[in-house]
Amino acid sequence: MSLLRNLAGGLRGLFQKEQAERELDEELRGYLEATVEEKMRRGLSREAAERAARIEMGGPESIKEQVRAVSWESLLETLWQDLKFGLRLLRFNPAFAGAAILSLALGIGANTAIFQLLDAIRMRSLPVKNPQELAEVRIADRNGATGSFVTRYPKLTNPQWEQIRGQQQGFSGLFAWGPTTFNISPGGEVHTVQGLWVSGNFYEVLGISPEQGRLLSPPDDLPGCAAPGVVISHAFWQREFGGDTSVLGRKITVEKHPFEVIGVTPAGFYGVEVGRNFEIALPLCVEPVIRSEFSVLNRRDGWWLTVMGRLKPGWTLDRASAQARVISLGIFEATLPAEFDAGDAKHYLGYQLGVFPADTGVSELRSTYENPLWLMLALAALVMLIASANLANLMLARASAREREMCMRMAVGATRGRLIRQLLAESLLLGLAGALLGVQLAHALTRLLVASISTPSAPLFMDMAMDWRIAGFTAGITTLTCVLFGLTPALRATQVSPGAVLKSSGRSVISGPARFGLRRGLVVSQIAMSLMLVVGAILFSRSLQKLARLDAGFTQNGVLEMDLDLTELHLPVERRAEFQRFVLQQVRAIPGVDSAAEAGIVPLSGDGQNRQVLANSAGQVIEGRSEMNEVSPKYFSTWHTPMLAGRDFDDRDSLTSPLVAIVNEAFGRKYLAGANPVGATFRIKSESKGTGPYLIVGLVKDTKIYDLREDFLPTMFLPVAQKAHHEQNETILIRSQGSLFSLISALKSTVQHIDRGIDMDFTPFDRLVEVSLLRDRLMARLSGFFGLLAVVLATVGLYGVIAYMVERRTSEIGIRMALGADSGSIVRLMMQEASVLLGVGLLIGTALSLAAGRAAATMLFGLKPTDFITYVLAVATLSAVAALASLLPARRASRLDPMAALRNE
Amino acid sequence: MTDKPAGLVQGTLDMLILKTLELEPMHGYGIAMRIEQISKGVFQVNPGSLFPAFRRLERAGWLKCEWRDTENNRRAKYYILTALGRKQLKGETREWARQAAAIARILEPES
Repeated sequence: MSLLRNLAGGLRGLFQKEQAERELDEELRGYLEATVEEKMRRGLSREAAERAARIEMGGPESIKEQVRAVSWESLLETLWQDLKFGLRLLRFNPAFAGAAILSLALGIGANTAIFQLLDAIRMRSLPVKNPQELAEVRIADRNGATGSFVTRYPKLTNPQWEQIRGQQQGFSGLFAWGPTTFNISPGGEVHTVQGLWVSGNFYEVLGISPEQGRLLSPPDDLPGCAAPGVVISHAFWQREFGGDTSVLGRKITVEKHPFEVIGVTPAGFYGVEVGRNFEIALPLCVEPVIRSEFSVLNRRDGWWLTVMGRLKPGWTLDRASAQARVISLGIFEATLPAEFDAGDAKHYLGYQLGVFPADTGVSELRSTYENPLWLMLALAALVMLIASANLANLMLARASAREREMCMRMAVGATRGRLIRQLLAESLLLGLAGALLGVQLAHALTRLLVASISTPSAPLFMDMAMDWRIAGFTAGITTLTCVLFGLTPALRATQVSPGAVLKSSGRSVISGPARFGLRRGLVVSQIAMSLMLVVGAILFSRSLQKLARLDAGFTQNGVLEMDLDLTELHLPVERRAEFQRFVLQQVRAIPGVDSAAEAGIVPLSGDGQNRQVLANSAGQVIEGRSEMNEVSPKYFSTWHTPMLAGRDFDDRDSLTSPLVAIVNEAFGRKYLAGANPVGATFRIKSESKGTGPYLIVGLVKDTKIYDLREDFLPTMFLPVAQKAHHEQNETILIRSQGSLFSLISALKSTVQHIDRGIDMDFTPFDRLVEVSLLRDRLMARLSGFFGLLAVVLATVGLYGVIAYMVERRTSEIGIRMALGADSGSIVRLMMQEASVLLGVGLLIGTALSLAAGRAAATMLFGLKPTDFITYVLAVATLSAVAALASLLPARRASRLDPMAALRNE
Repeated sequence: MTDKPAGLVQGTLDMLILKTLELEPMHGYGIAMRIEQISKGVFQVNPGSLFPAFRRLERAGWLKCEWRDTENNRRAKYYILTALGRKQLKGETREWARQAAAIARILEPES
């Protein structure tokens, strides 16, 4: 009731403002008159009475202001006034407004972009119905599992999945899936697309309805798979078929097998893996058809599936986990691989299933990028703080220019709150403009970031739509910075006594030590924070440099990887070795090919295999793990990997000759006590077949296998000629100094000349190196960008303060010069001030960097976060830039005309 | 202590204004004078708080106003207690009496 009346009164107040003002004026005049008359009745003269009455009553404007402040509509009105006034002021100072908005936009943009990525990778729920019901079933602690691991998420085997499906109780629907890549080219050069293996109920449980046709359903995923269809994604449909509705019933060749397109998934559905999009999906039951001899569908040690589902209403994660633990032992007993020895079996039977939340899906990006992104967000926040400090400094400078205006307004009745509100409105305007521009910038920056960590073999797909979290984040940092850079100067500007200012005729009164202290404090904190960012930038770029320049044991440039798929040739096992050797010879004969060799494993490709080995060293048996690679002769010379002792493989090594091996230095150190291993022997521990002894015929320099960051791993190389079972594919590494393009076309024609049925895929090795350094490069670039921004902002801040100081001390400088100080001593005087600020800032910054550096320790390679050279470089860079920034105003001071400076007073 | 003009207890100005208007409508100056007289100069009302209070009470619907001629033939804004204001005054008076009595009881043993 009273609220309504208040509202009505307020609206009336807004519309009848002039009348209300007139009435208030009249009322106050009447009050004054009455007071005067009263005093005259007591015997005062009219003049004395009027004087006394005025003093008693106080300023009418101030009373009016207080009356106005009672009503809410005045708040609205003054806000509007403030905004208009602020806009006008900013229009008169385009340089200030532009600098402020740009630095805010950069800060907000950088923060929002990184937060957006974090949101997409970590926080966003899957775009399906009721994502919070989704949960994943997996082995809680699966350390030391053995077997074959295929796909990015090899959490469970198919036999385990079938058992879990049959015995679980907590889920209303449970499905299994695995990511993969498919070659959909009918022949010739390979065309790889992102694919999914899915159980029949995948779409049903997720609640996805088809955009075209129908999606896979349980009858499509029965053992044997009579005539399964393929489901394609919306994006693939648009790209490959132009969104043509006649796509249903068309055939797609997947790994040489034709499949009928039965349906299209809706746009926006990308599967349950965050960061990837799928193009085609096939039911699990087709896996043996596609992978033929490498099929893991029925292998009890073939890990390739992830199992997820919807919890029944009333079932919590804990309850479902408890039930999963109960059925664990039975499931693992029923799926125990027959070839496991006693130790492995005991380990396997000890596994426990658990149920884990899956509302945000799964993503390998999390382990790689989550922590770096948080770190980068922290750096971006620092940049934002520096930008705020800079703005606060600018606002302070403006505030001191406007102090007489403020005092005047307070003297005629403006309350302090009113003035602060007005100053804040100005910051709010800047903040809003900065945020708008920043969001645009963030979009561009996010796309750039995603592109920079995306690779052709694993294209990144991110759902970057604005959500409430991003909007909230942006609004939050904008408000926070507005308050930071707006409120302090506003409080300072209004903290004046009107009398003091009005009395002082000329120069500013508030630029006393307190006011200037704040500005100096801001510059010191800017320098400190900048140092942290510069240290970060140098650390990450030095780390990247160390990784890129590191001796990986091979020469990275000029090597091309060629993968051949011989499946179409249907070669019998016994003819494959001979055929593959023939292909290699043909490749070596191509003009321009310096050297070529077969390789089982290509370094840095992510692939690898290892074995348990038993070695005799000084009469004592050592058992342990060793990486294994099956290679042809000239493998090492192709890589430029030095042969340290013994010989390379050659034609002497064959299926009938004694087993031989070449080992690297790490192998020698670990298993053969560092002695020259040539001539020594070792055995491979294997479940099934004959395993040695292998005679070591050569020793090579250490090389990296999985990742440039790893320590050198013990590795044995076995001759491909002694391999018992050759697969239907062949990988050849080619070193050539010629152009990549002509090399590839020569290779294509050579291979096609041998047989048109061979599929080819080419990867320049540099690209693998690049991919393995993606994260480091991203960190180095981002931190470098932030460091640069920080230095620019801090320099501007320092310049501003020194320039302001010069102006403030103009008359002092004039006197000094009149008394005979030369320009050098004036420059020294001014630089002294700057170097104190710089010194204190650097000191604090060093301490903070040392404390915060630990967060970056695990992301660095080859140097500690306390790296001395980094700190020296950072301090030197910042000092040089800062010196330059303060030298300009200092020199200006030294060129002052003393007379002019004195007259200025 | 009683000779010196004192500040008003926080929040009591509204009540005093309502009380002053209980008998008859008055203008601003009259209200200030009346409060000073009745309190024998203990309370002096400052226009800086008086006028905002009028606006506040008006907004709450406890007062309404009217322009009338004064005894000196001058136009002035007269404030009139509304029915709602009367109710409010009764409530506040009761509450004040209750609190004053309670405070008096607490202070009694000392005197």
